[in-house]
Amino acid sequence: MVFEGLADKLQGALKKLKSKGKLTEKDVKEAMREVKLALLEADVNFKVVKDFINKVKERAIGAEVMESLTPGQHVIKIVNEELTALMGTTQSKLTFSSKPPTVYMLVGLQGAGKTTTGGKLGGYLKTMGKRPLLVAGDIYRPAAIKQLQVVGKQLDIPVFSMGDKISPVNIAKAGIEHANQHSNDVVIIDTAGRLHIDENLMDELEDIKKTVNPQEILLVVDAMTGQDAVNVAERFNEKLGIDGVILTKLDGDTRGGAALSVRAVTQKPIKFVGMGEKLSELEAFHPDRMASRILGMGDVLSLIEKA
Amino acid sequence: TKTRQGITSKVDQVLKTYKKVDEELFEEIEEILITSDAGVNTTMEIIDRLRNLAKERKITEAEDLKGLLKEILTDLLKIEKSNELNVNSSPTIILMVGVNGAGKTTSIGKIAYQFKEEGKKVLLAAGDTFRAAAIDQLEIWGNRVGVDVIKHQEGADTAAVIYDAIQSAKARKIDVLICDTAGRLHNKKNLMNELGKVGKIVEREFPEASKEVLLVLDATTGQNAIQQAKVFKEVTDITGVVLTKLDGTAKGGVVLGISSELDIPVKLIGVGEGINDLQKFVPQDFVNALFGDDN
Ligand SMILES: Nc1nc2c(ncn2[C@@H]2O[C@H](COP(=O)(O)OP(=O)(O)OP(=O)(O)O)[C@@H](O)[C@H]2O)c(=O)[nH]1
Ligand SMILES: Nc1nc2c(ncn2[C@@H]2O[C@H](COP(=O)(O)OP(=O)(O)OP(=O)(O)O)[C@@H](O)[C@H]2O)c(=O)[nH]1
Ligand SMILES: [Mg+2]
Ligand SMILES: [Mg+2]
Repeated sequence: MVFEGLADKLQGALKKLKSKGKLTEKDVKEAMREVKLALLEADVNFKVVKDFINKVKERAIGAEVMESLTPGQHVIKIVNEELTALMGTTQSKLTFSSKPPTVYMLVGLQGAGKTTTGGKLGGYLKTMGKRPLLVAGDIYRPAAIKQLQVVGKQLDIPVFSMGDKISPVNIAKAGIEHANQHSNDVVIIDTAGRLHIDENLMDELEDIKKTVNPQEILLVVDAMTGQDAVNVAERFNEKLGIDGVILTKLDGDTRGGAALSVRAVTQKPIKFVGMGEKLSELEAFHPDRMASRILGMGDVLSLIEKA
Repeated sequence: TKTRQGITSKVDQVLKTYKKVDEELFEEIEEILITSDAGVNTTMEIIDRLRNLAKERKITEAEDLKGLLKEILTDLLKIEKSNELNVNSSPTIILMVGVNGAGKTTSIGKIAYQFKEEGKKVLLAAGDTFRAAAIDQLEIWGNRVGVDVIKHQEGADTAAVIYDAIQSAKARKIDVLICDTAGRLHNKKNLMNELGKVGKIVEREFPEASKEVLLVLDATTGQNAIQQAKVFKEVTDITGVVLTKLDGTAKGGVVLGISSELDIPVKLIGVGEGINDLQKFVPQDFVNALFGDDN
C-alpha cells in the first residue's frame, strides 16, 4: 500500500539534501506529492488534502532543517504537527447542562453505530456517578427498540420507549418528562439512521432538536467512511449545528482519514472513539494518535521524539 | 439512481470546459475518480490507460475522451465471473458476510423477498447470535417476506444454527437457504476463524447445494473496502459482492478496484431500506449510469 512506506519515500525524495540547510521549494514539492497520495489513500477528502498540502508547503519551504533530523524526518514532523493542529490539539470533553437533565442526541447515517454508542455513552456516564436514561427514538429500523432494550439491560440502565407508532419527536419529549419524574440527570436519545439527503428525516431531527433542546448533538461517524464523509458531516452540521463527533469502528485497520475530513468541514471536535462492539469499548479521542494513524507512521514519530 | 449522476454531470461539465485534451483535463478527471472513492492506485491506472489510448487514437477533442473513459471503466468491471446469482439449481445456500453495519440482515430480507416472488421456497438462518436483537431483526424481515427463520438463543454457536438450518432446509425441500452472520471486522482473527468454521459446516453438511458467499459492502466505505474484500476472500470463498447504500451521495467507486484487482464480481446493489430496494448489478448499466446515458 502507498502509505506503508511514506516515511521511506519522504526520506528518498529528500535524500539529496544534506542533513543541514534549508528546504527548497522543489524538495518540498516532491515530498508533498507523497504526503498527498498517502492522505488520499487514507480516505481524507480530496479538497481537505489540497488545502492541507498548501498549508504545509508554506511552512516547510525555507524551513531550517534541524541538525538532529534528516530532511525527510523534518517534513514528517511538520506534517504531523499541522495534522494534529487540524485535528484539534486538546481533548474535548462532554459538557453538562446546568439544569438537569442533560440531553444528548445521537445522529448519523444508517449502521454507523448510534445505538451501540448510545449504550456505551450511558455506561460511561454511569461510571461517572450519573443516572442516565436511554430513549428509543428509532421507530423505523426493524427491532431497533429491542436492540436498545437489550443494550440497556446489559448495562443496567433504564430504557424509555413508546413503541413504533408514536412520532420520535413526541417520544423524545415524553422521555425527558420521564427523566424528570425519575430523577435521571442524563438523557441519551437514540435516533434512526438516515441519509443526509433525506429531507423528511432530516426535518424530523430538526424537530426533535427544537422540542428537547439538547445539550449536545453528537454525529456518529463510521471511521471507514470514504470521500463522502465531508458531504455527510457538512449536511448534518448545517441542518442541526452538531456539537461533536464520535468516530466508531476504529478497532479495524482503516487509516480513518474521515476523522480529518469531518473535523475540517465542521470545525467540531471528535469527542470519543468506538474501539469495539463491547459496551465498554469507548475511549477518549487523542488528536495526536489519530494524526499518526492516518499517515501510518507511529514508529517514525516516536523516533523523532527521541531525537 | 441519483448517486451516480453526480460523477456524470461533473465529467460532462469538465469536458465542456476543456475543449482540447491537455494535462489539466487529465488532472480534473483524476479528481473526479478520487472523489468517487476509486482510490489512488485504480485512478492512476485509469488515467494512464486513458492517456495512452488517447495518444494511440490521436484524440485531441475533450469530448471524445468520454467514450474512452467509459470503455476503460467497463473493462475494469468486466471479469470472467458472472454478475448473476448462482441460484438456478436447487438447493442453494447463500451465506452473507461483512463488517459491522454494512447491511447484511437488511439485504437478506430483500433477497428473500425477490426469491419468494419468483415462487421459490426460502428459509432464513439467524446466524448472528451476537449482536443485540439481531435475531429479532431477522425475524421481523422473515415475517415481512413470509418465510421461516431458524434460530437459537442469543449467544449460541453460529455453526450450530447453520447446521440446524441445513438439516431443516433438506427436510423441507427448500430451494434457497439464506444465512445471516454477525458483523465482524476483518482484522479480528478469532472472528474470521469462526467464519471459516461455518464455511466448513456448509461444505460438509450441504455438498449438494450450490453456494454463494456474498460479501456485503457499504458504498460509503472508502479504501478499507479493498482490505475487507481481500481478507474475507482469504477466509471464505467469496463469490460476489452486494454493494449497499447506493441511494446516498457516496459513489461506490471502490468497486472498480475490487473487481479489477480482486476478481470478485458485484452481483447486487442496495438502494434503500425498503423490501424492494435491491437491484441486479449490471456493469454496462453501471458505467452508462456514471455518464447519464441510461435515460
Ligand atoms: N467493531 C466495532 N463495531 C461497532 C462499533 N460500534 C458499533 N459497532 C457495530 O456496528 C454495527 C451497527 O451498530 P448500531 O449501533 O446498530 O448502528 P446504528 O447507527 O444504530 O444503526 P441504525 O440504527 O441501523 O442506523 C453493530 O454490529 C455494532 O455492534 C465499534 O466501535 N467497533
Ligand atoms: N439507505 C440505505 N440503508 C440501508 C441499505 N441497506 C441497509 N441499510 C440500513 O443500514 C443499517 C444497517 O443494516 P443491517 O442490515 O442491520 O446491517 P448488518 O450488516 O446486518 O449489521 P450488523 O449485523 O450489525 O453487522 C440499517 O439501518 C439498514 O436499514 C441501503 O441499501 N440503503
Ligand atoms: Mg440504531
Ligand atoms: Mg445483521
